[in-house]
Amino acid sequence: MNALLEILILIVALTDFRLLASSRLATLIDTMVFQALALSVIPLSLTAAPWPWRLMTLVLMTLAVKGVVLPWLLHRAMRTVDVQREIEPFLGFSSSVLLGIVLLGLSFLIVRPLPVTASPGAGSLLAGALFTILTGLVIIISRRKALTQVVGYLSLENGVYACGAALAVEEPLLVEMGVLLDVFVAVFVMGITIHQINREFDHIDTDRLAELKD
Amino acid sequence: MIMTLPFSILHWSLALILAPLLPGIINRTKAWFGGRRGQPLPQAYHDLHKLLRKGAVYSRTTTGIFRLGPVLGLAIVMVALALVPAGALGAPLAFRGDFIFLAYALGLMRFTTVLAALDTGSAFAGMGASREVQFALLAEAALLSGLAVLAAGTGQFSLSGISARLWPPDLHQGGASVLLVAAAVLIVMLAENARIPVDDPTTHLELTMIHEVMVLDHGGVDLAFIQYGAALKLWLFAAIFTGLAIPLRTGRPVLDLGVTVVGIFLTAVAIGVIESTMARLRLLRVPQLLVVALALSLAAFFWTVR
Amino acid sequence: MLLSVVVVPVVLGFLALLVPAHGPRRGLLLAGSAAHAAAVGFALVRTPPLRPGAWIGVDATGLLFLAITSVLFAAVAVYTSGYLGRESGRVVRDAEEGFSFSNKPEAVFVACLLFFLAAMSLVCISRDLGLLWVAIEATTLVSAPLISFHRHHRSLEATWKYLLICSVGIAMALLGNYFLAFAGHGRVHLKLEDLLTHAAALDPIWLKAAFIMLLVGYGTKMGLAPMHNWLPDAHSEAPSMVSTLLSGALLNCAFLGILRGHAVLQAAGLGRFSGDLLIFFGLLSMAVAAVFLIRQTDYKRMLAYSSIEHMGILSLGVGIGGLAGSGAMLHALAHSLTKGMLFLCAGQLLHFYSTKTAADVRGALHRLPLTGLLWLAGLLAITGSPPFGLFISELTILQGTLASGRWAVAVGYLAALGIIFIAMARIVLPMVFGRDDQVEPAAGTAAARPREALWYALPALALGSGSLLLGLYVPASAWHFLNRAAQLAGGY
Repeated sequence: MNALLEILILIVALTDFRLLASSRLATLIDTMVFQALALSVIPLSLTAAPWPWRLMTLVLMTLAVKGVVLPWLLHRAMRTVDVQREIEPFLGFSSSVLLGIVLLGLSFLIVRPLPVTASPGAGSLLAGALFTILTGLVIIISRRKALTQVVGYLSLENGVYACGAALAVEEPLLVEMGVLLDVFVAVFVMGITIHQINREFDHIDTDRLAELKD
Repeated sequence: MIMTLPFSILHWSLALILAPLLPGIINRTKAWFGGRRGQPLPQAYHDLHKLLRKGAVYSRTTTGIFRLGPVLGLAIVMVALALVPAGALGAPLAFRGDFIFLAYALGLMRFTTVLAALDTGSAFAGMGASREVQFALLAEAALLSGLAVLAAGTGQFSLSGISARLWPPDLHQGGASVLLVAAAVLIVMLAENARIPVDDPTTHLELTMIHEVMVLDHGGVDLAFIQYGAALKLWLFAAIFTGLAIPLRTGRPVLDLGVTVVGIFLTAVAIGVIESTMARLRLLRVPQLLVVALALSLAAFFWTVR
Repeated sequence: MLLSVVVVPVVLGFLALLVPAHGPRRGLLLAGSAAHAAAVGFALVRTPPLRPGAWIGVDATGLLFLAITSVLFAAVAVYTSGYLGRESGRVVRDAEEGFSFSNKPEAVFVACLLFFLAAMSLVCISRDLGLLWVAIEATTLVSAPLISFHRHHRSLEATWKYLLICSVGIAMALLGNYFLAFAGHGRVHLKLEDLLTHAAALDPIWLKAAFIMLLVGYGTKMGLAPMHNWLPDAHSEAPSMVSTLLSGALLNCAFLGILRGHAVLQAAGLGRFSGDLLIFFGLLSMAVAAVFLIRQTDYKRMLAYSSIEHMGILSLGVGIGGLAGSGAMLHALAHSLTKGMLFLCAGQLLHFYSTKTAADVRGALHRLPLTGLLWLAGLLAITGSPPFGLFISELTILQGTLASGRWAVAVGYLAALGIIFIAMARIVLPMVFGRDDQVEPAAGTAAARPREALWYALPALALGSGSLLLGLYVPASAWHFLNRAAQLAGGY
């Protein structure tokens, strides 16, 4: 496994821990963006240079959407609803990090018996991707603010993308573009909904959105 | 090993002699950041000299434990220092499993300090002791798991053996584990030596003290022992950190020794930089920082055994 | 030609955003629906052949679901043009809590309806699983603004849950796609033709993992328990015609994603594995729906849980396969028609009684004769009584279950159906009969009998008679078509 891949997996794991430990929304957004950028470079490290133009286009598009457009949308949403921190999550930050350690171990454990033969080092990358998915789920479940849940969803998407990269899945360019477009529109629609929620409720605590139940 | 024994003992002696320079380096770095000239580098030696000549007042509520604490602490850290290698140069007292002994020695040193603090019956000392022990719970876990990772990775069970085999890293296990453990050791070093962001060594408000408050009641020779012991502990951690962070293992003992000493001084500068650029964390956030250190160690563990 | 079912609604949707006047905009909606229906009708009569390696195409299953979508959308289009005529510009008082709220801009609503149609059509005609994924995620995103058409706190809560839970689920389905691609070791593309032909060469471990992910992911969108939590909220807070589309068309399209995966596993010889999983989730959904229907007080939530139950039946039928699979295809058609009619009736009840609590609605047969009749007929239909279509389909599924020897499954199936019948009857019958406590206005005054508008009556009656027709007579050619659809969906 080449050194670049190793460093990228390390960065992914560290960013996941940072996501679990942070309470500041700006930190969460920036860490998630950094994670997305690091992950979008992975296909380049798995294929030998010179890289086909299709791959380059894809990486550039991913960098553009996840590195520029999404953070802009999220920061704008943050300014609109005027929320800076996640104050009292369901799962405290220390507990989240400890849970993260358990999930990291679990990820390595799950991936071990699977026959991942895509490329050397794909197994470790798959474990890192699985850890990112689990981190995203933990953040969605354990945080109150709707914006934090959006960041968790994007972390989940990062993990799924990393899984695809680890398994060296070559989807047609059209489909990959479609996926990127969907993620962009999803964040856009979520941002609008959060804005409406904030206007209606004056907060974006999702645990206080608990009126509909049986 | 026999050939290098004189150099190992030389390393130990250098540690004993040069340790008080470290607080001086840190203070000078902080002063430089503050635009001041700062204390002269050998200031700690002058302080120790001054304290050794002073008498002390002992409260009637204390017992012999209070007087024994600083002496025991100093003795323990001097022994622990004999376990620390310098690059490929082994330590004078290396044996199999000595990294566990090291962790326990540090724990014992903390125990003597805490005991002496509690012996005074002062509320503030008790408060500081409770905080110190709470953070130590997590710091020790992080340190031990980090060292265990290194032992598992290199297959050596002595600090000297680990240090010799650490660089160049085995490409399968990867240098990633070493970097992660180095980061964890850095955080533990800051915690154990009562540095920002864990504790502010220059604060004079008891409510914000963690380590200082426990030594508040000591004076004279006892205080000298405590300050000297703290400097030795700082050297110990800096030596371990340097061993992890600086990837140089020449075969020659003198060069290794030189590299380690320079690395230790650079670590002191780094601590000074950290102290000058970061603010002290809220007490509630300190356990979170230590949990992150634990997470780094365990992440390195999973990476090594995957 | 086939792509027009997607392109035309999209173009009309953008036009709807630009057109300032209300009338032409509603006309665009009707035009879009008509064009879509025409294209689907043409495809039904002369099915275009599947080109290998093509991105889009229709097979029997896709065509069935596309036709259902088209019919439902036609009904919704007629209803909406009248509904918007009534609601537009009005400040509405909320039924349950009495506060006033405003509605979303009509342009956005009509445009999103058209985009919704386009996205669902794309799901039905996709031959590439990656494109299918993109389309299903698109349906989630364009239907979210539809749910919060009434801008108040409950609908926003429902919208947020819908958005987040479904997006997370669909991200899992993307993982399933990746596993599926990996199962082919890079030599097999995600086109359905390729997957089905080379199914035997795919790695079984990764195929199974892929199906689990697809089931969990698209199952979240479909409303299978235990991923169903968003469904009662979203379907009850949305305006009735949106609920119609969500329950009747969208859930089917999400099911199509699972069916494609099931077909691949069937071709690879792992049909038993995927079938058993489908049966398990199907029974679980039915059980959960039964439990939550027992003490249900809100009649729109009742309809939502009924949707969960019927999705469970669909899953069960396809999981058993064979005769039950064909029954499931008929069930999809019949359920969509019936549920559509029920939601339209529910909208009418909500408008006139101003309450969503079933206990406060009495004597619907008296006050609103058509609605009351259709509501009663709908109850009978949705719980599987003859002479409606759902009776035939549920009986067929039962026959198939017994024929395959799964007695325990049949017992559970019947028990759930029975409990649901009793629970729903307890809610609906007092609504239809029973005496209205309000003072009867003097006979002869205009206010005595509220007029049931044509734009509501026509679609509701059409859907209802469709459901009845299916129960009375299903022509052999239709059965042939349904059998083909079931076969392509992984039946054997």
